[in-house]
Amino acid sequence: MSHGTLLVFEITILALAIFLGFEVISKVPTLLHTPLMSGTNAIHGIVIVGAMIVLGVDHKDTFTWVIAFLAVVLASANVVGGFVVTDRMLEMFKKREPPKQDGQ
Amino acid sequence: MSTNLANLLYLITIVTFILALRFLSNPATARRGNQIGAAGMVLAVVVTWIRIGTTSWWAIALGMLIGGGFGAFAARKVRMTAMPQMVALFNGVGGGAAALIALSELHRILPPPGAPTVDVSLAVVLSALIGSISFSGSMVAFGKLQELIQGRPITYPGQQFVNGALFFAALGLGLALVAGVQDQWLLWALVGLALLFGVLFVLPIGGADMPVVISLLNAFTGLAVAASGFELENNVLIVAGMLVGASGTLLTLMMARAMNRSVANVLFGAFGQIQESGAAAAAGTDGGTVRSANAEDVAVMLAYAHKVVFVPGYGLAVAQAQHDLHQLADQLEAKGVEVSYAIHPVAGRMPGHMNVLLAEANVPYDELHELDEANGEFPRTDVAVVVGANDVVNPDARSNEGSPIYGMPILNVDDAQTVVVLKRSMNPGFAGVENPLFYNPKTVMLFGDAKASVEKLIADVKTL
Repeated sequence: MSHGTLLVFEITILALAIFLGFEVISKVPTLLHTPLMSGTNAIHGIVIVGAMIVLGVDHKDTFTWVIAFLAVVLASANVVGGFVVTDRMLEMFKKREPPKQDGQ
Repeated sequence: MSTNLANLLYLITIVTFILALRFLSNPATARRGNQIGAAGMVLAVVVTWIRIGTTSWWAIALGMLIGGGFGAFAARKVRMTAMPQMVALFNGVGGGAAALIALSELHRILPPPGAPTVDVSLAVVLSALIGSISFSGSMVAFGKLQELIQGRPITYPGQQFVNGALFFAALGLGLALVAGVQDQWLLWALVGLALLFGVLFVLPIGGADMPVVISLLNAFTGLAVAASGFELENNVLIVAGMLVGASGTLLTLMMARAMNRSVANVLFGAFGQIQESGAAAAAGTDGGTVRSANAEDVAVMLAYAHKVVFVPGYGLAVAQAQHDLHQLADQLEAKGVEVSYAIHPVAGRMPGHMNVLLAEANVPYDELHELDEANGEFPRTDVAVVVGANDVVNPDARSNEGSPIYGMPILNVDDAQTVVVLKRSMNPGFAGVENPLFYNPKTVMLFGDAKASVEKLIADVKTL
C-alpha cells in the first residue's frame, strides 16, 4: 500500500472512531461517569504499544533509549493504574440484596 | 508475525475497548466490560512484543515492571475520596508517554538523509504539543486536588495574554517543523513551551472546576495518542486514542452543561476567585432567620416520615460519614420509611463521584436517583436531608439572576415538606455563594460535623 493510500485509510478510521466515541458514551448513565472517566483513561493507556515500538527499534544512542524507556514506564503506569482503579470502583456497585434475615 | 496478522489482532483489541465502553452503560455489566478491555490491552501488548522480537526486551520488561508496579500500588492504595486526583495522575503520565514517543520518533527519523513526510511531522508535532499540555496540566490538577497547590484560582494581570503568547509560540515552532525545518531542538523547545503552558493554563482554574479540566485533559491525551498512531502507522493507537478523545470531549460538554456554564467560562473564568460582589447579589437573605434543631427532633421527624430522601454532597465524603448515613438509612427502612438518595450530577469532586462513594458504603445503586428522577420525588417527600451539600440545592440557581450559579440545574429539595440541612457552620459552599435555602421557613439546620450528627441521629432513632 502506498503511503498516501495508507494515510487516507487511517483518516477514514479516525473519522469513524469519533462518531463511535460519541455514540457509545452517550449511553452511559451519570451514575457511572467517574468509572467512565477512569475507564477511558485506562483505554488511552494503549499508548504503551507505541512506547514499546519506539523502545524496540535499534537505537543509535543511549539518549533516545532513555526517552523511550521513560515512555514505557509512564505508559505502563497509565495502563495498569487505570484498569485497576476502574475495577476497584466498579466492584463496589451492587444491586439491592434480597431482604436480610438477620435484622439488627 | 506479519503486519496483516498483527493488525487483525489489534482489531480484536479495538473491539474489546468498544465493548468495555458499551458495557459501562449498565452497572450490572460495567465491571465485566472493564475486564474485557483489560484483556484486549494484554493482547495488544503481547502482539506488539512478538513483532518487536528480542530487541531491548529486558528494557521493556523493566520499564513495565516499574511503571506497572507504581500504577498498581497507587491504584490499590488510593482512597475513593481521592479518586479525581488519581485519574488526573494516570491521565497525565499517558500524555507524557505520547510526548516522549514523538521526541524519540523524530530523533530516529531526522538524521540525513531521513526526512519525515508532512503528515508524520504533523502527527509528531500534535502528539508532542497535546501530550505535553496534558502531562503538565494534569500534574497541576493533581496538585490542586491533593491540596499540594492552593485550590483557589491563581491569577495575575495579563495572564490570558501570557498563556496565549506561550501557546502560539509553541504552535509557531510546530508549524516550522511541519514546514520542513528539520531540527529536533525545535521539538524540544515546543515541548518545553507546551509544558509551561499546561501549568499556567490550569493554575487559574478553581478547585471546584478541576473535574471538567481533568475530563478535558483526558480527551487531550486521547488525541495525543491518536496522533502517535499516525506517527507510527498503528491503527489500534488511532482508534483507541480517538475513542477517548471523542468521549472525553462529550463528557466535558455534559459536565459543563450540568453546571450551566460554557467550557470556555470554566477554563478562562477563574470561577470561585472572589465572591464579595456575589454577597451583594444574595442580599435577599439578610432579613431571614435560620431555624436550628437538635438531633432528637430530627430523629423523630425521620422515624415518623413516610418518605425520606438524602441529598449527599462532598461534605459527607470529607467527614467520612457515608457508612453512617447508610446505617441510618437501614434503620429507617427497618421502621418502614421509604428511603432513597438524590445525587446531583456534579456532587462530589467529579461527575458521578458521589455514586462511587456511596457504592463504597454498600448503598445499592438502585437507591441512587439522578437529578430528574429525584426532582419528581421531592413533592411527595416528607423530609429531605441535605448532608454536606450546598450549591447543588441552592434555589438562587432557579430564581436569582444575579447569582453566579444562576441557571444551574439543582435538586429542588424545597419541594419537600421539610428540609433538614446538616452543616458544619453557616459558611458558604465551594463556589463561595450564599444559600437562601437555609433561610427558608421549611428548613431546619442541624449544625455540627456531618459524621457526628449522623451518629447522633442513629443513636436517637434507635431509642424511638
